[in-house]
Amino acid sequence: MDIVVSQIMTGLSIASILMLVSLGLAVIYGVTGVINLAHGEFVMLGAYAAWALQTELGLSLLPSLVAIFLILAAVGWLVEVLVIRHLYARPLDTILATWGIGVMAQQAIRLTAGGELRYVQMPESLSASVTVFGATESAYRLFILAVALALFAVTWGIYRYTSFGLKLRAITQNRSVASSFGINASRIYRLTFAYGAGIAGLAGALVSPLKSVSPEMGTTYVVDAFMVVVLGGAQSLMGTLASSGILGELSGYLAFYSNDTIAKALVLLAIVVIIRFRPQGLFTARVRA
Amino acid sequence: MNKNRRNFLKGTAALGTATLVGFPHIWNKNYSLARAADGKVKVGVLFSLTGTTAIIEESLNKATILAIEEINAAGGINGMQIEAVVEDPASDPATFAEKARKLVMSDKCVSVFGAYTSASRKAVLPVFEKQENLFWYPTLYEGRECSKNVVYTGAVPNQQQDDFIPWLVEKFGKRWYLIGSNYIYPKEENNYCKKLLAELGAEVVAEEYVPLGHSEFSSVINKLKAEKPNVIFSTVVGDSVVALHRQYHAAGLDPATMPMASLTTSENEVAAMGGEAAAGHFTSAPYFMVWDSPENHKFVDAYKKRWGADKVTHFVSEPSYFQVHLFKQAAEKLAGSDITPLGIREALKGQEMIAPQGKVRIEPENQHTWLWPKIGQCQPDGQFKILKQSDNWLEPDPYKAYPHQKCTAEGLKQI
Repeated sequence: MDIVVSQIMTGLSIASILMLVSLGLAVIYGVTGVINLAHGEFVMLGAYAAWALQTELGLSLLPSLVAIFLILAAVGWLVEVLVIRHLYARPLDTILATWGIGVMAQQAIRLTAGGELRYVQMPESLSASVTVFGATESAYRLFILAVALALFAVTWGIYRYTSFGLKLRAITQNRSVASSFGINASRIYRLTFAYGAGIAGLAGALVSPLKSVSPEMGTTYVVDAFMVVVLGGAQSLMGTLASSGILGELSGYLAFYSNDTIAKALVLLAIVVIIRFRPQGLFTARVRA
Repeated sequence: MNKNRRNFLKGTAALGTATLVGFPHIWNKNYSLARAADGKVKVGVLFSLTGTTAIIEESLNKATILAIEEINAAGGINGMQIEAVVEDPASDPATFAEKARKLVMSDKCVSVFGAYTSASRKAVLPVFEKQENLFWYPTLYEGRECSKNVVYTGAVPNQQQDDFIPWLVEKFGKRWYLIGSNYIYPKEENNYCKKLLAELGAEVVAEEYVPLGHSEFSSVINKLKAEKPNVIFSTVVGDSVVALHRQYHAAGLDPATMPMASLTTSENEVAAMGGEAAAGHFTSAPYFMVWDSPENHKFVDAYKKRWGADKVTHFVSEPSYFQVHLFKQAAEKLAGSDITPLGIREALKGQEMIAPQGKVRIEPENQHTWLWPKIGQCQPDGQFKILKQSDNWLEPDPYKAYPHQKCTAEGLKQI
């Protein structure tokens, strides 16, 4: 019995990490249509920000989270201003440009922080394990689950209940019509990009005590994030939530009953099959073409 | 012209000596003319200084350079200075092969020290075999290789496992869980481990491989909780080691009853995962930084003095260091004009020296090294505590998992 609970919790934990890393991408892709290949590097920069704040200023992870969000939001804002906004009309070029930014970010970190694996300490208060329905779980993993859900709720709230979110949805449906109603689309895009980058940074900081911190860590996360977004449907936040849940439980289950190598292959296969029959993803927002 | 004739004469002289000791490939038309000349002995240093494995290989480069500087400061090889040609193969096997060709053919180095990954060693191998040059490989590896043009100074599976596995079985029990990264090294180590476990009557409850770079171990941890093995034998490498240890620790598993036994977790990985996640787990290796011997104190002090007080030495940088001294010992036995790759190889056979880990010896049959395996347990401060050293130095047998094959001086033999 406790193994069943353990396994469900494991799936949820994988799902929460998937959602953390893909939420930022979903927001950026869903709103601006930019395929941001530097997303993984935003995650990586978040992890390095956590490491730097910890080693340079002695800040532990939890108090640094706000600062990390702001730092990465600033990075995203700059990237948008300097590069992305010139390329909205050329979606193919944004792929190349963001990929290039990713490579530069990796090398910049390698040159400044060095290439060795870095250590971010887990918050003392969350390093124990707790018992949930008879199964032992890492308190930190439960914390990540809670933060992921909270971030999703906040993002959802912004979408649904703020005037910023209203404008966002208007632009997503039709940018030129929205602009003709006086909505400053460039400003909304910039803020969206900054917000997405900030969330990616938080994701990186939050996973760093469970995983390792290296300049290349972003490359695996960007693949996971695209998997989630493509399966969930690009413009649907609910899709992101549902597809991270599905992928998390599925890969946890498959890895438990076979192994992680096979799980990875089967999950990718399942995604290929699904998007063959449902190219728009599992969930789609109503968009007037 | 004159110079060419001199080289030619030296070449014939070397051929003469070589014939006496009976080289098998003496009439190979690619026989290289690399030799010591002009009072200098040229060697290549081929470790990545950029790219993914640069961090670890940089430390190997530093250990090699340190040894070369020590030898030169002490008067060189019979008065000849060692000249190091340093190349950066950028963590890329194809670049490794290209730089190796340059070092051997255009720089005419008499030996090359280098490589960390098996992929890069395999990439340079044809160059050294075709040019009859000599490559010195310091990394522990999966064995099952028998090249006459490589000197292997790192451990092979039997040297890391022969003491380790029985010790763990006796101390912790007979239910073993094998987990590794999905490539050749862990599979070969596990092959040998399974053989030893079968002899000891122990049981392998699972053998599992995760993709390279894998960082989500929660399902693995659930399996560990369900299986409750006595020992987890881990050949997971790189950043996955860090993720596995941290998630094991976060899940509240206890190393006192279910320890991880690793062949690849060194002081480097421990620094990245933090002492709290590493404490209590075991590693088997011929060298740990804390090893208490006068030679090791000398090595660690010299290394820190040369490269910085915060630098660490580990079980791959130590062989990188002592193999240069072995090279010097072999070359010293030769007259200047006889310092050729094959001359060194013949002089090297059976050479012994006191390395930081203890007295090591090059096995004449397979050009691997007799080493002193040790069992270390990681402490919360991130250093290892050495619990046991093997009673005797251990003979290298790169084909120990394959009883019908043996690496001999004549090449690989089927028995």
